[in-house]
Amino acid sequence: MAAKIRIPTPLRKLTNNEEVVEVNPGTVGAAIAELQTRYPGIKERLLDDSGAVRRFVNVYVNEEDIRFLQDQQTPVNDGDEVSIIPAIAGG
Amino acid sequence: MEKNAGFMKALKCRECGREYPLAATHVCEFDFGPLEVLYDYDRIRASLTRSTIQSRRQTMWRYAELLPVAGEPTVGFEVGFTPLIRADRLARRLGVRELWVKNDTVNYPTLSFKDRVVSVALSRARELGFTTVACASTGNLANSVAANAAAAGLKAYVFIPADLEQGKVVNSLVYGAEVIGIKGHYDEVNRLCAEIAGKYGWAFVNVNMRPYYAEGSKSMGFEIIEQLAWRVPQHTVVPMASGSLLTKIHKSYQEFTKLGLAPETKYRLHGAQATGCAPISTAQKAGLDFFRPVKPNTIAKSLAIGTPADGFYALRVMKETGGAADDVTDDEVRDGIRLLAECEGIFAETAGGVTVGVAKKLIASGRIPANDSVVLCVTGNGLKTIDAVAGHVGRTREIKPSLREFEALLDAETRSTANV
Repeated sequence: MAAKIRIPTPLRKLTNNEEVVEVNPGTVGAAIAELQTRYPGIKERLLDDSGAVRRFVNVYVNEEDIRFLQDQQTPVNDGDEVSIIPAIAGG
Repeated sequence: MEKNAGFMKALKCRECGREYPLAATHVCEFDFGPLEVLYDYDRIRASLTRSTIQSRRQTMWRYAELLPVAGEPTVGFEVGFTPLIRADRLARRLGVRELWVKNDTVNYPTLSFKDRVVSVALSRARELGFTTVACASTGNLANSVAANAAAAGLKAYVFIPADLEQGKVVNSLVYGAEVIGIKGHYDEVNRLCAEIAGKYGWAFVNVNMRPYYAEGSKSMGFEIIEQLAWRVPQHTVVPMASGSLLTKIHKSYQEFTKLGLAPETKYRLHGAQATGCAPISTAQKAGLDFFRPVKPNTIAKSLAIGTPADGFYALRVMKETGGAADDVTDDEVRDGIRLLAECEGIFAETAGGVTVGVAKKLIASGRIPANDSVVLCVTGNGLKTIDAVAGHVGRTREIKPSLREFEALLDAETRSTANV
């Protein structure tokens, strides 16, 4: 088993158009690091120079915003689904 | 790049400045920053003067050069140019010298400011070859997409939180749109739609069409300036959901000033939220330039966005213009709706109650000085959110069709008033 990361359209050029990528369980931060080793360049898209998640990137673990959880320390377990989604406008 | 791009030059990332073609795309591939339409202001300056504007029909399209459609609009020709009302009775109640209400409760065709953004988004979607349009909505946007798509012969999918006011649900279904109720709040609807938009080839007005869509809001600010005889109001109070409207009104004031259509003056933009969903207002009051997302719990459902996409920019605009934000409780929202109705004969939805309630607070606390001029942006119609005020606006007294009973009722009420 592994955790799944759903890759948003703007980043699929980096993942050879893969929509879903599997990573080892751990934390959100570790998952991003693992993505970076497999798809170099993806980390700087998601994190700013200080290492924080970029202002216009929302990350969800099982549909919950990680800012309501433990940010990059949020655990990612077997079978969990992580979504990376750009902020969008009002309605 | 299209051969005919009208007065548009490109899409540009607001964060890093990278430029993109004028396609259906909304975020920077590099840093996820929102993309914004870049215009050729030199050509616009040559084309758009006060007299050309005044020679055109009274709709939002009289400012067409500053709206992101390459050719003639094909959806929503009649939208906009809603009344700007001098609200003297409300001004006296709130204690301010000069007060105006920009009344988008009577916008055409679906009675909210969303008709502005939708007519732009759908006109542009057609230019880009789309036949199916969609949106994530708190209600008003769904109504507008459903109606305008029907009139234009486009297929529409609208995604809304399943617990919306019935008026807003029926008001989407009646046009034959596919209405999908999501068991969750708006931020969850939004997240799902971002994923759907990446998968299907639809024009999602507030996802992949967002750079065009959002620009439609500027027309409200252009109209305010023109209706004030080409002057920028000292204060404008704007309801905030995603924060987009506030930033676009700011942009409209800047553009008219830059093009010489209005004299350069100091103005302040103030933001209004409901206390049950106040991420931007909370951050502004704490002096922060970023917000923390919240889980919404308010009767002002049209403003219930806990993760406001333009929250960061709204905070920056308020800071730059010296504006303030505040928020009001559900009871204060209802009081605001009644105050506007009783003083000016305008029945606004809950977002309008938020705007009036926050204006009252800003004036009472001196953040809007009593001697200044103020415009309130009232963005939606009260008939859509009757559930929110039913039971709080008095009651009917029933009698038989008998003059005797009516006189007895009047007599009893006169006596009870006299006793007070």
